[in-house]
Amino acid sequence: MFMLKYILRNAFRHKLRALLTVTGVAIAILAFGLLRTLVGLWYLGVESSSSTRLVSRNAISLVFSLPISYKERIRQIPGVTKAGAMNWFGGIYISEKNFFPNFAIEPQAFLDLYPEFLLSPEEQKGFLLDRQGAVVGQKLANTHGWKLGDRVILKGTIFPGQWEFVIRGIYRGAQRSTDETQFFFNWDYLNESLRRTIPRRADQAGIYIVGVANPEKAAEVAQAIDASFKNSLAETMTETEKAFQLSFVAMTEAIMIAIKIVSYVVIVIIMVVAANTMAMTARERISEYATMKTLGFQWHHIAAAVFGESLFIAIFGGIVGIVGTFPAALFIEKELSQFFPTFQVTTTTTVLQLSAAILVGATASIFPTWRAATIRIAVGLRRIG
Amino acid sequence: MAAGSEIVIIKNVTKSYRRGNQIVPVLEDISFTIQSGEFIALMGPSGSGKSTLLNLIAGIDKVDSGSIIIGGCEITTLSETELARWRAVNVGFVFQFYNLIPVLTAYENVELPLLLTRLSRRERRDHVEAALEMVNLADRMDHRPSQLSGGQQQRVAIARAIVTDPAILVADEPTGDLDRVSAGEILSLMDHLVQDFDKTIIMVTHDPRAAEKAHIIRHLEKGLLTDR
Repeated sequence: MFMLKYILRNAFRHKLRALLTVTGVAIAILAFGLLRTLVGLWYLGVESSSSTRLVSRNAISLVFSLPISYKERIRQIPGVTKAGAMNWFGGIYISEKNFFPNFAIEPQAFLDLYPEFLLSPEEQKGFLLDRQGAVVGQKLANTHGWKLGDRVILKGTIFPGQWEFVIRGIYRGAQRSTDETQFFFNWDYLNESLRRTIPRRADQAGIYIVGVANPEKAAEVAQAIDASFKNSLAETMTETEKAFQLSFVAMTEAIMIAIKIVSYVVIVIIMVVAANTMAMTARERISEYATMKTLGFQWHHIAAAVFGESLFIAIFGGIVGIVGTFPAALFIEKELSQFFPTFQVTTTTTVLQLSAAILVGATASIFPTWRAATIRIAVGLRRIG
Repeated sequence: MAAGSEIVIIKNVTKSYRRGNQIVPVLEDISFTIQSGEFIALMGPSGSGKSTLLNLIAGIDKVDSGSIIIGGCEITTLSETELARWRAVNVGFVFQFYNLIPVLTAYENVELPLLLTRLSRRERRDHVEAALEMVNLADRMDHRPSQLSGGQQQRVAIARAIVTDPAILVADEPTGDLDRVSAGEILSLMDHLVQDFDKTIIMVTHDPRAAEKAHIIRHLEKGLLTDR
């Protein structure tokens, strides 16, 4: 009880120093948490991918398409429940800074294969019946102030021209991690336009999204699909949605590694700063520790006092940082929604933050604790006056 | 310990310090005894070894050779841990600059040595209040050292020194940082402890007026007792 009181009072003995140290630790832990969240987000697509979905693409490269005739052949393969064409559209809304992912999809297959995108029956019906209909995520709609019935024009980049759409549905994610910043429209609208304008590019699917009845047999189904198109002009490469997403993540792995390193560097820097503060603190109190030893306190009492103070300051700063991470993440999610469809701090990140704070406190106290605990009384008392 | 018996026996104590490659002798073959209930002043010029001798008697420094027996216990053979336990029970300390813990109140400072005992909270309170009463500071027990004058801080330090009821008090320049009036009060208090409570006090001082209060004055010069 005494030790706790002594630690708490010592921690705030130099208020400015304590405030600066706590602030430093808090900012470092907050930055660490945000960076770790960012790293986690990179894998969000992978984590939220469904085990009942496969992706078939051209075996040569994703930039090459597949004939639309493949759809029916894929559907007939045992174990396949649904198959739908999907094309990356790459349209721009007003200016490039308004980037959001936009895809041409087959409405019925889309509604069947993506149950995590929640739409009302009226919205689903409206989308199915309107060739120019589009379904957008809630966050995207909020960003641009879109509502049902609004007309939206995208400038085509891959598919040139001005493309007009009518918002027929605004979906919400079934989970908080579901991406609500995407734009989906009817594949037939794209294809029919291409037939008129660029016929050679019509009747082509960028990829096929394939539903499987049994996730455990996904690998067998994928092999069967690829075997069906072996030695054709456009061979397929079929993989799980997770593997497909991972291939995108792998392209930017170096960036993620860099961010991870930066997050660790932040912790190391604050560790050094905290160690310096604790060393200064312990040096100033050497005579006090010597006095306590004189009175009969032993090295472990002194070690507990220094170690406890360092740990308290780091954990206090850490908690402030952890608490601050949530509004900061919310702010990022709101203000940078076009870059981050969601910015959710996970429990794992919070545990990592707290562990980092404890590590900072413990490491920063090693030298001062050793110094204070082992100081000879006569030497320590000589520090006075 | 009966008054008049030998409470401190110092036999052929030698102590030196290492300064770089040099060994500087501080005490050379010191031998003397102190009777229980005596108030002894150690005097001498700076660097004469009086504070070192006090530290050795108090068990906060180690001799190079020789032995120190206090209350029948040869402290020169004790380990650091044993010495810490021994000090907590047998010796009270009064320092020149009081050495109170700034973040603790007068009450908490006096209570410090009792935290190492098995006394209950209630018993500790009784002891602390009695000690503070004795030094006339019962009304200041909730004050922190920074809220007390130098004389009051030294009285708190004396209360801390006597709260465990040790047989010996060691005081290193207890009046060195005090004005004349406060110094007089502290010396009277120490005299009171010797006269009425049979404490043995060993005091290092430069101040002849402080030394006058002592029963015996020992002089040290260049590590040697000069008044054998």
